[in-house]
Amino acid sequence: MAKRIEASNVSSYYGSFKAIDSVSMTVEPKTITALIGPSGCGKSTFLRSVNRMHEVLPGARIEGSLTIDDQNIYDPDVDVTAVRRMIGMVFQRPNPFPTMSIYENVVAGLKLNGVKKKSVLDDAAEQSLKSANLWNEVKDRLNRPGAGLSGGQQQRLCIARTIAVEPQVVLMDEPCSALDPISTLAIEDLMFKLKDRFTIIIVTHNMQQAARVSDKTGFFSIDKTGDPGRLIEYDDTQKIFSNPTEKKTEDYITGRFG
Amino acid sequence: MSLLDREAAGVVMTPDNIRTKRLPLGINLGIAAAGLLIAAAVVYGFGIGNYVLVVVLGVVFYLIGLQVVAGRIEGPRTARDRMWKTLIYAACVLAILPLASVVWTLVSKGVERLDGNFFGTSMNNIGARDPEGGAYHAIIGTLEQVGIATLIAVPLGVLGAIYLVEYGRGRFANTVRFFVDVMTGIPSIVAGLFILSFWVLIVSPWFNNGTPRFSGFAASLALTVLMLPTIVRSTEEMLRLVPGPLREGAYALGVPQWKTILKVVLPTALPGIVTGVMLAVARAAGETAPVLLVAGGAASINFNPFEGGQQSLALFVYQQAGDASRYAPARAWTAALTLVAIVLILTIAAKLLARRNSLSK
Repeated sequence: MAKRIEASNVSSYYGSFKAIDSVSMTVEPKTITALIGPSGCGKSTFLRSVNRMHEVLPGARIEGSLTIDDQNIYDPDVDVTAVRRMIGMVFQRPNPFPTMSIYENVVAGLKLNGVKKKSVLDDAAEQSLKSANLWNEVKDRLNRPGAGLSGGQQQRLCIARTIAVEPQVVLMDEPCSALDPISTLAIEDLMFKLKDRFTIIIVTHNMQQAARVSDKTGFFSIDKTGDPGRLIEYDDTQKIFSNPTEKKTEDYITGRFG
Repeated sequence: MSLLDREAAGVVMTPDNIRTKRLPLGINLGIAAAGLLIAAAVVYGFGIGNYVLVVVLGVVFYLIGLQVVAGRIEGPRTARDRMWKTLIYAACVLAILPLASVVWTLVSKGVERLDGNFFGTSMNNIGARDPEGGAYHAIIGTLEQVGIATLIAVPLGVLGAIYLVEYGRGRFANTVRFFVDVMTGIPSIVAGLFILSFWVLIVSPWFNNGTPRFSGFAASLALTVLMLPTIVRSTEEMLRLVPGPLREGAYALGVPQWKTILKVVLPTALPGIVTGVMLAVARAAGETAPVLLVAGGAASINFNPFEGGQQSLALFVYQQAGDASRYAPARAWTAALTLVAIVLILTIAAKLLARRNSLSK
């Protein structure tokens, strides 16, 4: 199920502004890859170009190629909806649908994609909520509004919603930045569990988190504001945090820069 | 200089001096009474007005007195706070007064003809000396005309707003937005004249053996022209308030854009959209000029909006208010009350309906 992602010379533009310059990396199936780097260095932009979410902004475009199991997702005849169905995304801020209950939120992806059978939906809801470590907390109030949960619960609800559609890749854009340490730990545990089934890419500002959860780490940086972000180093997490090749990476992870 | 220095120079914060003395209620009321007394003395002394001016001047004097006295007792900052608070409450009361006055006038003058006869009969064969006669035909007319106008304007307006927010980019969208703004300013009589010259005089003869024909439907079209910009603009604002991450959340699940709009964006914005639509409906229901121009009004019941003249409540009020019969003014008041009641009931019903769909119970 999980897929290999291969980016080669990906440059991303917002209008005439070049946000990232020529990023190449290969993400192996069933691994967790962390993207770290200072603010504005293009790691979120890169993440959003993996499921073509950056196209939501007018004027955004991309150069280079991004293949998922050798399929270039930027080919003109590729259906962007199908790509996003395959590549789920969890956002920085929890964004449950406010008009839907907890149950409806979890099965929203299935329901809106045409699954009608109640038993299938019920199963998917229970499985996803269990996978997201939320089932025990909400099983008695599935019909209450999803927006009424706490921040950490909402984020786990969003993760449940994402994995309910059985994507092959899960992208996480700073999923823990608004959460307390306990909720963060819950989500990190969850990522380990999900690793068996999905390929995960996570953007994080928390270097301990990157070191804890990821197999591989990519370090992005910019020279100065207005310059495009570049991938400075991409290697095993172990190596990045103990013996990085690039001076810049070492400066960043030891706190001397950025 | 810090805020603390400016407000109370040389004061060190201690548990004691964080408390301030409050103005006792008795003194507050005393100032109010004194303000009113002075105002009465000024107004009646110079003979320049009646009790309304006394109240207005009294409030002004009260605010000044409050500021001075409270400043002495409570200190300048608390006194300023108190004065502005009082001013804001006064403004609220002032804004509600005309509304309360309108409702009171409508109810007190409208109850006279609030009977079965009024709601059960038309003005057919009612002469100047007949005390009976009712607005049944006008109620039918208003409901049909506004109903049809709503049926046309809501889908067009909401779809237009969806285009502007979700799809529209570049020059065409800006042009549409500009013309919607221009349409907002169209006087109702101009909308009526437009439908008169276009629909009644040019199009309607095709369906009527070459003779132009008034109809309730023509009035609906004129009302549609008036409702459309209100609905487009209010819906547009509401759709813009729906956070972008919500849309992205749906896209990330592989939900197509049209379904995201239909199932996520519209339900989130629904209460606001309903409010906008009801404002448009209320405005349309109160229009007189276009109905007079293109539906012509009628004394008898006409259920068919596509053939012949039709009455509406607003037009009925206008005609009865100007009628020479001594029984007409009472009919006008009751019709006005009915019109307000219908709009109110529709608004409440729409709000309840919009709320039932969302989870905010």
